[in-house]
Amino acid sequence: MTQEQSVSRPIPLPDEASKPFWDGAAEGRFMLMRCSECGTLRMPSRMHCDNCLSSDSTWVQASGRAKVRTFGVMHQRYHPGFAPYLPYNVTIVELEEGPRTPTNLVGVDNADIRVGMPVVVDWERHEDVTVPRFRPA
Amino acid sequence: MTHPLRGAAAITGLGMTPMGRIYGKSATELAADAVRLAIADSGLAKSDIDGLLINAGITGFTGGGISLNMQNYLGLENLRLLNHMNAAGSTAAQMVQYATMAIAAGMATHVVCVFADAPLREGSSSGAAYGGAARNPERPRGMAGLYPAVGYFGANTPYALAARRHMSLYGTTQDQLGAIAVAQRKWAMKSPLAQMREPMTIEDYRASRWIIEPLHLLDCCLVSNGAVAVIVSPADRAKDMPQPPVYIHGMGQGHPGDSNRAGSDWETETGAKLAAKTAYGMAGIGPGDVTVAELYDCYTYTVLVTLEDYGFCAKGEGGPFVADGKLGPGGALPVNTGGGELSGYYMWGMTPLSEAVIQGRGAGGERQVPNNDIVLCTGNGGSLSYHACLILSPHASAN
Repeated sequence: MTQEQSVSRPIPLPDEASKPFWDGAAEGRFMLMRCSECGTLRMPSRMHCDNCLSSDSTWVQASGRAKVRTFGVMHQRYHPGFAPYLPYNVTIVELEEGPRTPTNLVGVDNADIRVGMPVVVDWERHEDVTVPRFRPA
Repeated sequence: MTHPLRGAAAITGLGMTPMGRIYGKSATELAADAVRLAIADSGLAKSDIDGLLINAGITGFTGGGISLNMQNYLGLENLRLLNHMNAAGSTAAQMVQYATMAIAAGMATHVVCVFADAPLREGSSSGAAYGGAARNPERPRGMAGLYPAVGYFGANTPYALAARRHMSLYGTTQDQLGAIAVAQRKWAMKSPLAQMREPMTIEDYRASRWIIEPLHLLDCCLVSNGAVAVIVSPADRAKDMPQPPVYIHGMGQGHPGDSNRAGSDWETETGAKLAAKTAYGMAGIGPGDVTVAELYDCYTYTVLVTLEDYGFCAKGEGGPFVADGKLGPGGALPVNTGGGELSGYYMWGMTPLSEAVIQGRGAGGERQVPNNDIVLCTGNGGSLSYHACLILSPHASAN
């Protein structure tokens, strides 16, 4: 086995600010931050609300349902961990609650992906972290 | 009453080093070459320069980029204006804007604006120069780690995502993007400065490898080493200087904000709209008055969406607008007449700006457009995040 084949895709390492998101992910819950002052929802993790700049927030569970905002199909190998996945989709989904997140769609051929397609979160479990990907609803 | 900045200043000097796979000089050394050329071009003495604005390019992030130390390397003393600026590909136009504001306010007289970059190493690829894997650790920290985790790399990704949404909403086709690349190559073939001067057909475009669908290799800009400098001077001085002045009639900026916020239409409605409104208002013109456009073209799609946002056609009609070849030589709206960043050279916002100055002077040789009355020059950076523009003319403003 070459060294390159042993390289996996990059897997996020939770930090203190994002820990509630990854803790939720481990339990199959897609967590967002909600501003305590104006109620605006945001993708984690940032201290300040981008609407009113309050730094008070709570964590709330999103539905995990979303729609494809846009997508591309990557052919370029930027990172050796993606070599076995080429070509792979890079997709932006808009959550039912409004915020958007980058992801990959699983369980669908790249040729069948459409803007506006309804999707649902599909958790990918690793030893110490769970990564959100999405699949057709 | 006309705007106080309209016609207040002009571009009086232009210096360009060789650009492309040029090795053996650092970014600082290239910048010094460009500044020396620009000063000679303007007929000024180095001691006349009292302002310096610099923009480092990608090496400002990856290492080796020009810094404020440029002043010392150039031996410039007692400057009245100095800054190191970065709003990505919109910086070049912005430097000229701030230089104009300073000149109009009496805070500086002759301001050098310089961009330099040297990311290419002999024997390594353009992709390596702009980095992917090297800057992505195995365990990227926090939520930002989601981007490398899903394979969202480089600038290619967001521009592919933006183009895809436009195609989905408006039916824009791959060949319409290709028409932009083909038209610009036709211009490049007429420019001795261009890196890519081999003929290119739509079939060549279709056959070029995918980078990230819907972007082929030939939808993407080059990567170049080199430097470009311009000098901005008061309009009343410019008329007595050796080069034909290129007067600044209008300027604007537009920066739409976080693309991930709910409701953002960043993919198809860019900061160019806001910049256009400001700049057209200042210059007292509209899109129908523009005779040649030098549009920032990191990707073919950037040109398409910029044409829409400047009102050359309605939103969503950019595809059919470009498909008939009107952007190319002999076309109704000459665009990126030096080949742009796709086929000419990649000096960030200095690519459109340098060609705008050349066209404004009437110095384009074989590629000179017949009517250079109003030259639109735009800069774009980030993921369609930052936009700035200049409206230039060989004619002094009427006010």
